Parts: sequence; C-alpha cells; structure tokens
Amino acid sequence: MATVGNARRSSYLAYSVPVLSVLAALLLGAIMLVLLDASPVEGVRAMFDGAFGSGDALISTALKATPLLLVGVGITIAFRANVINIGGEGQMVAGGLLSTALALALGDALPAILMVPLVLLAGIVGGAIWGAIPGALKAYYGVNEILSTIMLNIVAVQLMNYLLRGPMIDPGEIERGTRIPQTQRLPEAADLPLILGNDRLHIGPLIAVLAAIFAYILLWRTPLGYRVRAVGQNPDASRYAGIPVKRTVVLALTMSGAMAGLAGAILVFGSESHRMVTDGSTAGFTGSAGFNGIVAALFGGLHPVWTIPASFLFGGLLVGGNALQRAVQVPSALILALNGLVVIFVVSTDRYKRLLRDRASAAETAARLAELEEANSVSVAAGANGSDPPDRAEPPPEGTGAAEGRDE
Amino acid sequence: MSDFFTEAVLIATVAGAIRLAVPLLLAALGETFGQRSGVLNLGVDGIMLLGAFSGYYTVLKTGNVWYGLLAGIGIGVILGLASSLISVTLLAEQGISGIGVYLFGLGMSDLLFQRLVGTPVPISKFPKIDIPGLSDIPWLGGMFFSHSVVVYLAFLAVPAAMFVINRTTFGMNIRAVGENPEAADSLGVSVSRVRWATVTIGGTFAGAAGAALAIDLGIFQQNLTNAQGFIAIALVYFGAWRPLGVMAGALLYGFVNSLVLQFKTLGIIPQSWSDIAAMAPAIITILALVIVARRFRAPSALTKPFTRGT
Repeated sequence: MATVGNARRSSYLAYSVPVLSVLAALLLGAIMLVLLDASPVEGVRAMFDGAFGSGDALISTALKATPLLLVGVGITIAFRANVINIGGEGQMVAGGLLSTALALALGDALPAILMVPLVLLAGIVGGAIWGAIPGALKAYYGVNEILSTIMLNIVAVQLMNYLLRGPMIDPGEIERGTRIPQTQRLPEAADLPLILGNDRLHIGPLIAVLAAIFAYILLWRTPLGYRVRAVGQNPDASRYAGIPVKRTVVLALTMSGAMAGLAGAILVFGSESHRMVTDGSTAGFTGSAGFNGIVAALFGGLHPVWTIPASFLFGGLLVGGNALQRAVQVPSALILALNGLVVIFVVSTDRYKRLLRDRASAAETAARLAELEEANSVSVAAGANGSDPPDRAEPPPEGTGAAEGRDE
Repeated sequence: MSDFFTEAVLIATVAGAIRLAVPLLLAALGETFGQRSGVLNLGVDGIMLLGAFSGYYTVLKTGNVWYGLLAGIGIGVILGLASSLISVTLLAEQGISGIGVYLFGLGMSDLLFQRLVGTPVPISKFPKIDIPGLSDIPWLGGMFFSHSVVVYLAFLAVPAAMFVINRTTFGMNIRAVGENPEAADSLGVSVSRVRWATVTIGGTFAGAAGAALAIDLGIFQQNLTNAQGFIAIALVYFGAWRPLGVMAGALLYGFVNSLVLQFKTLGIIPQSWSDIAAMAPAIITILALVIVARRFRAPSALTKPFTRGT
C-alpha cells in the first residue's frame, strides 16, 4: 500500500539524515584533497587501511575511540537533562590529574587488583568534581553552563601545566635539565591490564563500552534516569511532579564529567609511556577528545548505545588521518576540520530530520485510518499523504533540538 | 619587585594591556550584536583563527598589513554569513553548531598553515602612530597615544556600537528581536533579517580580531588564539551585553595578561607561578558570570531559534 510505503520512506529518510551529513562532510574532504593536489582515491584508501585495514589498525582505532565514547556518553547524559557540556577537555584533564596524583602517592604499595580500580575511580571522581562545579553554578546561580565549562577547560589546562612542570614533574627531567612536562613512569601495578594476548590492547575500550551500556540502563531503566530525562524535557512540569530539578541538573553534569574523567584516567594508565604528559595545551593530553566526543555523540543521535559505533567510526577517522598524513602528505588537521563540518551538518539538518520523523508517524497514522475506513467500505484516499503531522510532543522548551534524538 | 615600578616598565605594562585587549575587544563587540539579537555564536574562536591565518598569509605574500587586515575581515564576512545560515535559517542548536565552526576553523587554519607556509616566518607588524601633541604627554602619552591605528579603531568602535545599539532603528530592532521575537515579528520586523545582519557583523569583527592578533604578533601558529574567542564570548556576559562593560572586561583581561607577561620577563615570578596566574582570567570570568547572572538579565530570546507561527 502506497501510504505505508510513504511512512516507511519518511522514516528511513529521517534516520539517514545524519549519515548523509557525514557523507557530505567526507565528500567535502575529498574535494579539499583535490584542491591540495593530493589524490583523493589514494587518500581515502590510505585512511581506510590505516583505520580498519588490519588487526593492528582496528586496535589503534578502538584505543582512539575509547575517550571519544566515554566523553560522548557523558555528553549524552548531560544533553538528556538539557544541559550542554562543552567541558569534556577540562574534565578529562581533571580525571587524569587526580588519578595520576593518587598513583604517585600510593607508589608500589598496592597490588594491581586494587590499584587499577582505585586509579580509575580517582579519574571518575576528578571528572565528577570538574562537572559538578558548572552544574552547581547553573542550578543555583543561573550561570550558563556552556561558558562555565569552557572557562573550566582553561583552568584545568593551566592547572595541568603547573602540576606537570612543578610538583608532579619527573625528577629525572629536572636532573637532565630537559624539563619535559611529564610525570615519572607511574607504578606498574596501575597499568591497565592487556587483553586478548595483545601487547597494546588494554581493557579501556571494554570499560568504555560497558560505561555506554550502563548509561543506557541508567537513563531508560532507572527512576534517576527518568528524572534526568523529565527535567530535560520539561523542567516546570518536573518541578510540579516533585522532582528536585536543581539537584538533578547538578547530578547530570556530575555524571557527565565522571565519564570524561574516566576517559582521562584511561588515557594516562593505558598510554604506552605510562606517564601523564602535556605539551602546554589541552590537546597535548586529550588529543581534543573532549571536543571530538561531541561529534561522536551527535552522530550517535545522543543515544549512549548508538554512540558506540559512532565513536568507533570517528576514532577510525582520526587514526586514518595520521595514515593520510603519511601517505599523501596532507596534515591530519584536515580530520579536525571535517569533524567540525560533521557537527555543523548534523545540527543544521536536525530540524529537517525531526520533520521527516513527524511526517513518518503522521503517514503511518493516516495509513492505519485509511485501512480502518476501507474495512468500513468507505474509500478515503485523500489525506493519506499525511503532510499534516498530528499533535506530537512539543520540542523541549529550551530548544535543545538535538536532545530529542532517538528515544528508546 | 622594585624593577617593576620604573617609568619604562609601567608605561609598557599599561600600553601592553591596551594592545592585548584589542583582539578580545573586537571579537566581543561583534558578538554583542549577535547576542543582543538572541543568537549565541560560539564559533568566534574558529572565525578568529581563520581570520588570523588569512591575515598572516596575505601580509606574508603582499607585505602590506592593511591587505592582511582586509583579508581577515573578508573571511569574517564569509564565515559570518555561513554562521547566519546555520543558526538563523537552518535553526541549528546554537550551543553545538558553534563548536562545529570552532573545530572547522581550528583544523582548517592549521591545515592551510602547514600546507602553504610550513615553518613560521615573521611578518611586518602594524606601524605605530603617535598622536601629535598627546603622545608627548609624560607617562600618559606612552600609555595611551602611541599605538597602531587598529588599536584606536577598536576603541572607537565602542562608542559606535553603543550608538548603533541604543540610538538607531536598527539597534532598536536588534533589541526587540533579542527580547521578544514574536512581538517584533508581529510589528513587521523581519527577525531573520535582523539576526542575519547581527551574526554577520559578529563574524566580521571576529575575522578582524583574528587578523589584528596575527599581525600584532607578526606570526601565526597552530591554535594562535588559544581560546581567546571563547573568552570574548564570556566577556559579552561579563559586560552584561553592553559595549562599555565589554570594553571594561577586555581591558581587565589585557591588564592581567600584560602584568603576568611583565612579571615573567623581569623574573619577578617563576614560570610555575605564571601557570597559576594564567588561571586567573578564567576564574575571574567564572566569578563575574555568577555576579552578572544575579544582577543582570540576558536577552530573553538568547539561544532560542525563531520560527514563525509555532
């Protein structure tokens, strides 16, 4: 039946909008390669091989995807409460610093079985603190969380520079006079355990996937998650329903920061040098995962589980970017620019996606009605095109369009 | 410490504060227009970076600093128009789309720099203009009246912005659209046209700010702005959406930075302290945001996309 086909087509179209956005960005990337005198075919092949072409490449991609996934899941949690967390960078740094400080303080006192959970927990706590501050400032003082999280990114990077150049620096760096801002080799007991008999793949990616599933259960299967989403959809109604709105906002940003903090700890204890290192900028430690995680979360429709494949894809893009640089001498900064385009395209087409989805459900309703009426032998073909969406839930009042993403 | 209280150092500190305030002032003034009309453009830093690179590259190739400034302005106009399309016409979520513009600018400026320039080559800077008579005043002359034209223009833009926002029909429309777009629309003011104009003005200023920064430093490098665009956005809040307040914030920032720089050069404070001191502006901003949030009200429609008849 044509009308059912209509509904289905609109529905497919709605889901394909973010995919088309990414394809459009990649197409622009290929055009840029041409403009930069590099062969796009060779470039794309190098990227694909570098990211997904071999077991080793897949491991690199999984490791690169880990912080993206954790930050992305954190952003998803905040977004569901209608809070925008741009502070992933700072929260990662805070988690990395606190877990590193703990590992330095404990030294070789504890066995790995205690040490690994402890340092990861310290990372979670560090990030949670860095998320709770803007949460409290928003809830109790009305401070815009976008600005406060960005400012806290700046504070965190300076704190990192201070600590890694001063109190936490490797004593060897001072003796040698090289003064690279990095810690000494952290206690071996805190190294993230390797898995699958590989010498690079550690438990980080596994932890990140579990965290994403945990976030899904938390958001959709617990009362707390229900409150978070209720506050995000309609704070006023939530307040009338007796939900502590302010506390929920603080909690959402705290959990969001905790995820990023965990990513920071994994970066430190899963690094090949097993030190915390910086180059004086946030990106020197995080590799801009705090921002790239936003891209992954958006592409994952701000849903924790969909963020898993999305992170893997964007992790692959970043790893592939390095291969691109080696193969056709195009700086991997291209990938950062493309990520920016993906963000722009996804959020710019978000309304269109929702329009299509509304139209899909309208067409479906119309089709069902038509079937019913046909059963009553009254032929009503008109209106089955369903250009008129029926009353659906209003978008959230604060205009968090993207937060409407995929429910369920 | 006594090294600090000499005429030369004090003059250099104040003059440096004014000079360092200029990129922030320009970017924040432009952003004020957008925010007063209800659009939060978070992409300022990305636009500044591309403006900075195009300014730097133009001066490198032509040797003319004014062409460089124009190139920055031109890039700013283009990216301002693009930002308008994204946030005003396509109604994108403003808290996120600007981050996309930022990432694009950050990656693109770095890509172009590595590909077209490679190793940083210093370029010529803006010439200093001593204002006749005034620059001869002891102390004050060196502090305030011996700067490049860009510095004077940036500070002249403050009363100009005040005039436009508070005294013209266009300014009234900006304020109306930012406070109550439905009412403005019903009175025949085109909300989208006003917002296209303000966001483009913001982009233009951001492009100019980036070029001014690069040509003032005489150099370009990856992430040259170091988040100054984000600080500029915060300064608009800091200044409670008023050009004079924005200027005060930019000067405070410039002063703190200049002071830290002087202290570092004179060896009054060690490197480790200057890392801590570099936190001060961000912390001051957060405190200022708390105070502003309590005392002033943001434009009611800020960050809310407008569609007719919903």
